[in-house]
Amino acid sequence: MWQYIVKRLVSLIPLLLVVSFIVFMFIHIIPGDPARLLAGKDATAEEVEMARASLGLDKPLYEQYFVYLKDTLTGDMGYSVKSGAAVSELIGDRILPTLGLTFLSIIWALVVGILIGVISAVFRNKWLDHLGMFIAVSGISLPNFWVGLVLIQLFSVQLGIFPTGGAEGWKSYIMPSFALGAGIMAMIARFTRSSLVESMKQDYIRMGRAKGLGSRQIIFGHGLKNSLIPVVTVAGLQFGFLLGGSVVVETVFSFPGLGTLLIDSIQFRDYPVVQAEILLFAFQFIVVNMIIDIAYSYLNPKIRYE
Amino acid sequence: MSNLQTETITMEQMKTNKDNRFLQFWRLFRRKKPAAISFYFILFLFIMMIIGPFVTPYDAAEPNYTSVLETPSASHLFGTDEYGRDILSRIIAGARISLSVSFCAVTLGAIVGSILGLISGFIGKRVDKLIMRTCDVLFAFPELILAIGIVAILGPGLKNVIIAVAFFSVPSFARIVRGATLEVKEMLFVEAEESLGASRLRIMLKHVFPETLPTIIVYYTMNVGTAILAAASLSFLGLGAEPSSPDWGAMLSVSRDYIGTAFHIVFFPGLIIFLTVLAFNLLGDGLREMLDPKMKD
Repeated sequence: MWQYIVKRLVSLIPLLLVVSFIVFMFIHIIPGDPARLLAGKDATAEEVEMARASLGLDKPLYEQYFVYLKDTLTGDMGYSVKSGAAVSELIGDRILPTLGLTFLSIIWALVVGILIGVISAVFRNKWLDHLGMFIAVSGISLPNFWVGLVLIQLFSVQLGIFPTGGAEGWKSYIMPSFALGAGIMAMIARFTRSSLVESMKQDYIRMGRAKGLGSRQIIFGHGLKNSLIPVVTVAGLQFGFLLGGSVVVETVFSFPGLGTLLIDSIQFRDYPVVQAEILLFAFQFIVVNMIIDIAYSYLNPKIRYE
Repeated sequence: MSNLQTETITMEQMKTNKDNRFLQFWRLFRRKKPAAISFYFILFLFIMMIIGPFVTPYDAAEPNYTSVLETPSASHLFGTDEYGRDILSRIIAGARISLSVSFCAVTLGAIVGSILGLISGFIGKRVDKLIMRTCDVLFAFPELILAIGIVAILGPGLKNVIIAVAFFSVPSFARIVRGATLEVKEMLFVEAEESLGASRLRIMLKHVFPETLPTIIVYYTMNVGTAILAAASLSFLGLGAEPSSPDWGAMLSVSRDYIGTAFHIVFFPGLIIFLTVLAFNLLGDGLREMLDPKMKD
């Protein structure tokens, strides 16, 4: 098992290097002088030159990349053009609310998605199945920002139960995590259904039935247990969807997380922050997928020995 | 003479067979109610795209300050917005923008991705490795984050939204078409063609590519839904269409300020995005059940 984990970690290094290089190039691909972009649109000629020198933008590209890599690894991601604060600090302030939001979203999405999937699989081709799958396909098709706005109208404006935005107290997490998780919930429901329908066709299920096991034990004890492994993998793959969605949902709820920071920074052309955030989003996605991969190989030894 | 006759008959038969196959497909398809209804809905949207500006009850761009933020009524079915413009007319006019942006993006992504996938699967070896590793790198970025990054580089605007959305659909098309190509490549008829001395390019384009088409069609349909959502999200974030244009996402973005006072201007543009994406997803599901051999059980 350890051997597999080490192998997976090592295979990650080239990917991380390429991704970091692409993000590093970000500032060079944008039309215009990188020094001016990093110094901010209102910078004087002197400040631009200072930025050029202090950021090493006069050095060859490969040298700049190594400096960038070293700085990033030591947590130095430059300074915000807008506020002058260290980018790492800005991100540090915002990361916990976003992590909390994504975590809550994936939890409820897993619980409800699996539940709907199981009900649909058990009542296959009955009206409960059709209803469950209709909810699922609707969930995939819903624009999350619209869900957010409708929730605000219903629960904040009309009923006054939840705050319209911000991140103060648990109440302010309820509506954003609902809007953010709806799409994933739907995908998990669809996948659980098809995965469970597939496992119920297996011989061990027939064997269980022949032995006279109750249907509850067959479904939950044997069928579901085996169909959950791929479901967890899908949930992991959809994590990227969640990261992207968080940008939109946070904007709807004026939620002080990484997403709103990204959009504010793009609008202000605060490129050091934009660059750092894109790198962070990609790294999060890569790391989550690797953890899922390792968990998957732990649960399914077939993969490990290939 | 008799030989010639049989030949003509076979040609005719082939033609009718082809017609029959299409009719058969159509008959089967119509039985799938959700997919068939979605198809008619999408057809309706397309007609609106073409004739929309001629049939809208009001001018979609002309402000009318005597009827600002009116709730839905007989004269304005979906109500009016903050400039007194009829929301139904704006939604119809916006179909042109929202649908064409998504279609352009997915078509672009599908063409580039399919070509890469076909090359990757058919040629294999180093070319395959290079293309697939590049896709892996693109997959390392969450889709919408990649799109936001591209728009951050290129600047806001619909043209750049098309590029951004096309960009993130390329690797998934490439991967899916590659898989389909690998499967087709192993089939007996490809081997037969090879032994008959057909060139690789000919085999790839005339034999392998048509076999991967059903996969591409299904995936294309499902991707249009995703693209509509992504483009609307970018416009909502202020990175896509002009806020004043009747693009569905941009309409929602502006409507945020009126939540609590005029809910209808939030509700209807979102509802139309939802229904359109739902229709494409249901149509995609229906087509997959019919075209994907793995689903035919």
